[in-house]
Amino acid sequence: MDLTLNASRREMLAGSALLGGALLVPLTACAATGSPGKGGLAANTWLAVTPDGKIALALPKTEMGQGILTAITMIAAEELAVAPEAVQVTIAEGDAARFAPLSQGTGGSTSIREVWQPLREAAAKARAALLQAAATQWKAPVADCVAHDGAVLHKPSGKVLTFAALVPVAAAAPLPKDAPLLSPTEFKVLGKAQRRLDGAAKARGTAEYGIDVIVPGMKFAAIAECPIFGGKLAGLDEAAAKAVPGVDAVIRDDDALMIVAGNTWAARQALIAADPKWDAPPAAKGAQQAAIVGTVAAGLNQPGTVAINADPKVALPAATRTITAEYHQSFLAHATMEPSNCVAQVKDGACEIWTGSQIPSDAREAAAKALGFPLEKVTFHNRLMGGGFGRRLEPDMVVRAVGLARRVPWPVKLTWAREQDMTHDFFRPAYADRFTVGVDAAGRPVSWTHKIAGSSIMARLMGPAFKGVDEDVVDGLNAPLYDGFPRTVTFQQVESSVPTGWWRGVGPLRTAFAVECMVDELANAANIDPIGYRLQLTSDPRARAVLEAVRKQSGWDDKRTPNSGLGVAVIHNWDTYMAAVADVSVGADRQIRINRVTVAVDCGQVVNPSGIRAQIDSGVIFGGSAALWGEITIAGGAVEQSNFHDYRVMRMAECPVIETMIIDSHEKPGGMGEPPCAVIGPALANALHALTGKRVRSLPLQKGFEALA
Amino acid sequence: MAITITINGKPRAFDVPAEMPLLWLLRDVAQMTGTKFGCAAGLCGACSVLVDGERAFSCQTPAGDAAGKSVTTIEGLAEQPLGKALTTAWDETDVVQCGYCQPGQIVAAAALLKANPRPDDAAIDAGMSGNICRCGTYPRIRAAIKRAAAINAGGKA
Ligand code: FES
Ligand code: FES
Repeated sequence: MDLTLNASRREMLAGSALLGGALLVPLTACAATGSPGKGGLAANTWLAVTPDGKIALALPKTEMGQGILTAITMIAAEELAVAPEAVQVTIAEGDAARFAPLSQGTGGSTSIREVWQPLREAAAKARAALLQAAATQWKAPVADCVAHDGAVLHKPSGKVLTFAALVPVAAAAPLPKDAPLLSPTEFKVLGKAQRRLDGAAKARGTAEYGIDVIVPGMKFAAIAECPIFGGKLAGLDEAAAKAVPGVDAVIRDDDALMIVAGNTWAARQALIAADPKWDAPPAAKGAQQAAIVGTVAAGLNQPGTVAINADPKVALPAATRTITAEYHQSFLAHATMEPSNCVAQVKDGACEIWTGSQIPSDAREAAAKALGFPLEKVTFHNRLMGGGFGRRLEPDMVVRAVGLARRVPWPVKLTWAREQDMTHDFFRPAYADRFTVGVDAAGRPVSWTHKIAGSSIMARLMGPAFKGVDEDVVDGLNAPLYDGFPRTVTFQQVESSVPTGWWRGVGPLRTAFAVECMVDELANAANIDPIGYRLQLTSDPRARAVLEAVRKQSGWDDKRTPNSGLGVAVIHNWDTYMAAVADVSVGADRQIRINRVTVAVDCGQVVNPSGIRAQIDSGVIFGGSAALWGEITIAGGAVEQSNFHDYRVMRMAECPVIETMIIDSHEKPGGMGEPPCAVIGPALANALHALTGKRVRSLPLQKGFEALA
Repeated sequence: MAITITINGKPRAFDVPAEMPLLWLLRDVAQMTGTKFGCAAGLCGACSVLVDGERAFSCQTPAGDAAGKSVTTIEGLAEQPLGKALTTAWDETDVVQCGYCQPGQIVAAAALLKANPRPDDAAIDAGMSGNICRCGTYPRIRAAIKRAAAINAGGKA
């Protein structure tokens, strides 16, 4: 583990000296490129057995709290028969070539799903190479040798050779082409609760986040970005800014003002003194919350682009009744606990960057492009993140910081104030969903039309290649849990001046809320128990199992206690099945309170059960905050919220009891970061309906409830 | 103006304006980055330190107000018996996720346990609701505080 302060210098060490003579293992997926065995870890290898017998692993994904560092280490440790604590993990620098064709991006609950197979295969090869080296030395059959605790054991004789003793031999021999993987019955590490490897340093304040980086000679900067989207810096009192003691430089961008000083506080004081004035673009007047939400809703009246076409071959009886409903979801900020920040230095035609990014490879490329530097002149030191949730998929803070750093002679740490961070996010889009569902006499769907309108993040990222359907927005709708009836899904892109970006739960976050509330409405209309109704509509055994599990654990069939409403939701996304039952009550002050949340998950092969439980707590609380209270509103083209007093998030006293059941499975591992965040919103809305009889169809729920009440 | 503050037991002199918040003095001037910046508005608790044993939001504490006082940050607390009980309980409960809020949570928990060595759920709610955790570690923080209370009382958790 090397995550503590001043990791940069040791990172360099790990790249060179330490790996001389190491057994380097290319990942299967990467074997076609680079030249493993030469050039150390930089030669697109991220797993090595070093001459001292230690396992060195460069983390190909990024750690933002989701526990991937621990999970990935466990996967390598398992195949190599060492304790996870014995693996030396470093957070890799941003470098697309090194990890290609795997993405260095972390999001969409992809990490384990992408890394699982190639990493196991690579680690198994390393083990096979070490076993072979030992067998050769002992002139014994390989079958008599086993890896155990950093050494190879000759079973018949009890002789032992350490990995350190075997590395020179193993490294000189050609790597085995393939090696058998351990079977799940042999797992000693995977599936057992593993304490996080980064926990101790984080709890003691010694872990290094991007915002903690200090490089010699560094100055501190504060920033005011134009509060109005698309606006420009019109003027400032530069003399007043410079009069603040400790101020070194006043730097203007078209749309932002930055002050460089001896400390962040002086820079922040100078920003206040500078009193920047802004020019609003003409469109700002019309950029009001009601108008934006209205335009999104009006998108539902457009034909949209067909994402899924009803299968004409499915012939069902005509509907006896049509049920329609429309759902609305708010803009959301990420509000990561660590505000946006970036340390950068531009010197002699080269640039060094230190910050936490969910896609360090892309952030590096964005910096090179902004500077006009060749890629190899830009070094991106990735750091631990104080939360990502999709915010750190965007490189805007990096581009801004390198633009600042090129104009000053010092390395500089640029830190966004919370108010700046919250008002200059890439927000979860506001969406509208409309369903028109025909049902038969038994209340079962026979036709299903789902229209979606809202911003398209994919359109922004894809440019001209975008063809009208945002694949993220409709993610999951192609393989719906509820089947056996024809469905049509359309998407209508509607943009405003509000920049939009990915947010934890991504497309299925929106889909889950809309679909799982709609299915609840259908169950209510048919007068069928909501869990029973879902069981009627899905034949998928894994979906049924998680539904049955929460039914039992939540006391669903027991007599309800006063002022308690139970609501259910189930999803299948990111190769994971998850069901949740939320228990809510409403106080005399009409405040919704979450009492208890019961979650059942089948995410395939379990890597770290402690991590899974942590992610469920996390998603329920993060997603629950958003569903109850989360809303960014716009006035005059600017965000109205600024800090935690007006962007409410859950606190200790509001936190429900959360119970998690993990279904035993050896299916391929599924994602865990996103699902609980997506499943909780509809469970809450459905519980509120069960309790009050009021169907709140707009998020946030507290506001929607008050509007109905 | 030189301001002398005892930080983690050592008196240190700083040439900073009296109104500079302790948060920035610690992070930028003293380069002790365990204390985190979250909101600079007294809303999140990430910047929590102990000033003469009481929990304070360092973002809301002018350096001048801390002059002559004893400030304990997470770095110092982690070396004290109560801090050791807390960090051990945090480890054993596997509390942290991104971890960014956790130094502030542990400082707040230390202040809580000093005032109330065996807090019940209501006392934990009251003592800890000034601290935000965006990753949602509240259930484990609650469990860890109870465990730390047991360790601190000399018993087994
Ligand atoms: S940074 Fe001080 S309370 Fe948030
Ligand atoms: S652990 Fe991430 S904010 Fe608390």
